[in-house]
Amino acid sequence: MDWTALELSLRLAAWTVAILLPVSILLGRFLAYRQFRGKALIEALVMLPLVLPPTVLGFYLLVTFGRNSPVGQAWAGLFGQQLVFSFEGLVLASLLFNLPFAVLPAQRGFQAIPAEVREAAACCGMSPWRALWKVELPLAWPGVVTAMVLSFAHTLGEFGIVLMVGGSIPGETRTIAIAIYDRVQAFDTEAAAVMSAVLVAISLFTIAVTFALSARVGRRLS
Amino acid sequence: MALEVMARAEAPIPLHVDFRVEPGELLALVGHSGSGKTTLLRTIAGLWTPAQARVRVAGRAWLDTAARVNLPAHRRRVGLVFQTYALFPHMNATQNVMAAMERADAAEAARILDLVNLHGLGGRRPAQLSGGQQQRVALARALARRPQALLLDEPFSAVDRATRERLHAEIIALRAHLKMPVVLVTHDVNEAQLLADRMVVIAQGAVVRAGTTAEVMADAEALRAMGIRELAVMLPATVAEHLPDGLSRLDAPTGPLFLPTVAGEPGTRVRVRIMAHDVILSRDRPEGLSAQNILEGRITRIAPGQGPGVVVHVAVGGHEILARITRRAADQLELRPGDTVHAILKSMSVARDHVARAPDGGRSTE
Repeated sequence: MDWTALELSLRLAAWTVAILLPVSILLGRFLAYRQFRGKALIEALVMLPLVLPPTVLGFYLLVTFGRNSPVGQAWAGLFGQQLVFSFEGLVLASLLFNLPFAVLPAQRGFQAIPAEVREAAACCGMSPWRALWKVELPLAWPGVVTAMVLSFAHTLGEFGIVLMVGGSIPGETRTIAIAIYDRVQAFDTEAAAVMSAVLVAISLFTIAVTFALSARVGRRLS
Repeated sequence: MALEVMARAEAPIPLHVDFRVEPGELLALVGHSGSGKTTLLRTIAGLWTPAQARVRVAGRAWLDTAARVNLPAHRRRVGLVFQTYALFPHMNATQNVMAAMERADAAEAARILDLVNLHGLGGRRPAQLSGGQQQRVALARALARRPQALLLDEPFSAVDRATRERLHAEIIALRAHLKMPVVLVTHDVNEAQLLADRMVVIAQGAVVRAGTTAEVMADAEALRAMGIRELAVMLPATVAEHLPDGLSRLDAPTGPLFLPTVAGEPGTRVRVRIMAHDVILSRDRPEGLSAQNILEGRITRIAPGQGPGVVVHVAVGGHEILARITRRAADQLELRPGDTVHAILKSMSVARDHVARAPDGGRSTE
């Protein structure tokens, strides 16, 4: 059992969720309520990681942020280390890769709030920020929580893009999914089995808790 | 504190409307669905901006497209009761009311909930309240904003008839507390006539007729333009006694009226809606007739109606009663303005929801 890999996976998932939470709320809300030219294109871009093989996304990340790219060189100049094959690079890849999981459920959550309820918030004198905090988020939060849980669980399970962008550096980019692959390659079936079971347990627990919570919210509101 | 509204638009629906509502006055915007009346409420509230519009409240511009003034909805002191109530489902009644306050004040919320007869229900969430109770919470929330204009968008359309009658009576009783201009949007002419001081009839976004409720409801042409056949007048009356046979005697300026039991102790002031098509005219005082209400008056006007009908205006005791009869009958009786006639009304033809308590505010609506 590679505890370092598990800890790294959990850390990666936590960072992903922490950074995606405001993105999920603001972008999801924006796409739910605003009508504008080119909205379909934005929505398609958000959804793209869902249909692309992780290798394609990983390839473009390597090209864009690699050692020889302008962005990669600027990053290295600023922080003294490369973006690719580092934990920071993994976080970046994870953010992009989880965008559809983070945005779509939140967008649906905001869309489910009747327009009149939002208008009533304005007529009650609530500023848009106050309405978001007092009315929209409490009503949309099952969607936002679903988005965060999916992103968390999905990050734990991600393999292809991590391999492309991160490689398998222990303590830096070797997540539990990579560690399992390495163990299988090394014919260490026992370790692979333990880690796989742990991953199944964590993922199942996270998703089950979310479903239980959202069912409770559903009962409260209906 | 008056509310002044001007709105002009071509799309998505045409609008060409001006009106003014005085403080404490209840104005009904009446029209079919799609006539633009709800759009006007949304314009006042700041949820919609027509191409050209001006909304002034208490002398302050909320919206003036010419001067590029357009306060967002949350900066306008407006109370809006939505047709669907639009309560916040995750908050209980008290929290819904407090959500509209600048400083949350539980005692004040309880006072307002009492005012709308929701005493003790503050802890319930909207899903645990009946339609009529939800409507009262919506009204309480609108009042908690201390609005400079109170807007009611078909607020009684989603409840059953008995609840609607009760809510009508409550609104009438509440009028004494309402010092701001009130705008009621409705397609229900009976409702407008029961509740409103003045009416603006709207069709295709334009004003067909505006005036006091009595004026508008006596204008057959305005109502015909609206496709409304419910020509009727409101008579003020006082409950005199409840008779053992199930009738109530009311004292009206037109003489006594006998109606099926009217709610209220003797002395209660009410208004009775008399439909023009329920009134029969007779030259001589009829005898041997089952109808209990025979009111003697003088014809002031005979207005041609639609098709075979005419509307006869009869002055009775300082009020006017309308009778919709056939042109043939008017010719047979040789009715002329100035003639004396008897207006006959069956007791049973006055529906229970056509009798309402007079407004407590003492404002004369006739």
